[in-house]
Amino acid sequence: MGDDALIQSYRLSEWCSNAPILEEDLALTNFALDMTGRAQAMLSYAGQVEGKGRTDDDLAYKRKERDFYNHLIMELPNGDFAYTIARLFFTSTFEFFFFNQLQNSADTTLAAIAAKTIKEVRYHNAHAIDWVLRLGDGTEESHNKIQKAVNELWMFTGELFETEEVDALLRDQNIAVDMPVIADKWKEHVAQVLSEATLTIPESGYMQSGSNKGIHTEHLGHILTEMQYLQRAYPEATW
Amino acid sequence: MELLEKTDKIHETMLKNFEEKIERGDAIEPKDKMPDGYRKHLMRQMSQHAHSEVIGMQPEGNWITRAPSLRAKQILLAKIQDEGGHGLYLYSAAETLGISRDEMIAQLHSGKAKYSNIFNYPALTWADIGAIGWLVDGAAIVNQVSLQRTSYGPYSRAMVRICKEESFHQRQGYEIMANMMKGTKDQQEMAQDAMNRWWWPSLMMFGPHDSESPHTGDAFKWKIKRHSNDELRQKFIDKTVQQAEVIGLTIPDKDLKWNEEKKCYNHGAINWDEFYRVIGGNGPCNKQRMDHHVKVHNEGAWVRAAADAYRLKKEKQLLHL
Repeated sequence: MGDDALIQSYRLSEWCSNAPILEEDLALTNFALDMTGRAQAMLSYAGQVEGKGRTDDDLAYKRKERDFYNHLIMELPNGDFAYTIARLFFTSTFEFFFFNQLQNSADTTLAAIAAKTIKEVRYHNAHAIDWVLRLGDGTEESHNKIQKAVNELWMFTGELFETEEVDALLRDQNIAVDMPVIADKWKEHVAQVLSEATLTIPESGYMQSGSNKGIHTEHLGHILTEMQYLQRAYPEATW
Repeated sequence: MELLEKTDKIHETMLKNFEEKIERGDAIEPKDKMPDGYRKHLMRQMSQHAHSEVIGMQPEGNWITRAPSLRAKQILLAKIQDEGGHGLYLYSAAETLGISRDEMIAQLHSGKAKYSNIFNYPALTWADIGAIGWLVDGAAIVNQVSLQRTSYGPYSRAMVRICKEESFHQRQGYEIMANMMKGTKDQQEMAQDAMNRWWWPSLMMFGPHDSESPHTGDAFKWKIKRHSNDELRQKFIDKTVQQAEVIGLTIPDKDLKWNEEKKCYNHGAINWDEFYRVIGGNGPCNKQRMDHHVKVHNEGAWVRAAADAYRLKKEKQLLHL
């Protein structure tokens, strides 16, 4: 969860000075700011649970590619505005249902982070939906661009709902969320918005996978190269 | 003939009212009558100010993805958002003078409208993010504090709000520099190098010496400008020299000296050839900054068109209901 926030925040922050209107420049980087905060909270807690004294910054800036567990969809390059919006729509819809449930986690820290996150995610999702509607039902060009983005991203959405044995254990203890329930809600919500936006829902096909095992796309390495540059170049320094 | 005389009379009264207001120190508001020259001067100054905020996002944005800690990244993201927000706020304030944001952007792209020359310098290392916050925003604050009392109401109110955020920016820049000066030798060298590169361009932000830009201009008469370039520059130098000393940075000016009599610092000669060269388009990043703004604006045209088309569709649907 921390890595999802960290890597998605990285991608959104790349929109600084690059968005089609100033208002959107501010919105996307504001979401990046929310997500950096979430990454901080999640990674601090991960370090605490691990018990080896690693801080949020240690986990963000000193881990290697294979030790990252963010979903692949988060690390894909931004593409055009339609691509970024389609991704934000898919991920924020997932996060909305995910954190909504996680608020009830038996783990009080996770529940507290989720309660804060859900407020932010609700806004990210509403913003993404507004744009999916505008682009889908705007001009022919925007319709085609967002449809193409939806089609291309579709194969990265299945991974959001993957679970492992350990998830079942945590679920039994009321710590983790019930993923099949979230998957159903996600599909229903996404289908509803896409159809309102006059867009076609892609047929289910092959789904990409790998982040559970730390297997990523080639893009993650480049993100880390840039993000971890100062920490790696000056290992003795504090900033 | 009679009509002409009448028009002249109205014009005269209008100008008299305006001048009386200025004289009393009352704010001029959008619906007040104002001389064309006043309106044009403000349009130019306010749009330049708005463009500066927006173009200034580029050198800082250059470091967001490489910010060295989660906290540093959050602070930088928040700061750049503030700058963009200032841009929006100033565009809106300038629109009250009867010019649209699209027109202002078109003027920026055609070269008719300018932005602050300082952003034609590159942000090369992380210490530059510190230097920009501390020196560039520090210089901007001195100017903006003075503009809080400018005669045009919307501009003055924008400045009051903007100054609050700018002082946070200056602190964050100073904090970066202070931390680096407490750090490793590499960090200290990086900080001093940034200081060396940003000091003189920051002094140039206040514009030419008063001897080259006389007090008697309309901007003073109309109380748009309340302090001279040299007065503001002096204020900036006096407060900054001490701050540099505290954290162990050297001001790159061998002629900098305390003047006991005047109770301020004397500074060395500013390289005005460089100033005019960069303003004239031959700075390190002039082309890069403008090309980027134009490219992003053009690439985003289809998004703006889609938003317009969607809005029109929805308005039509509403009308049919």
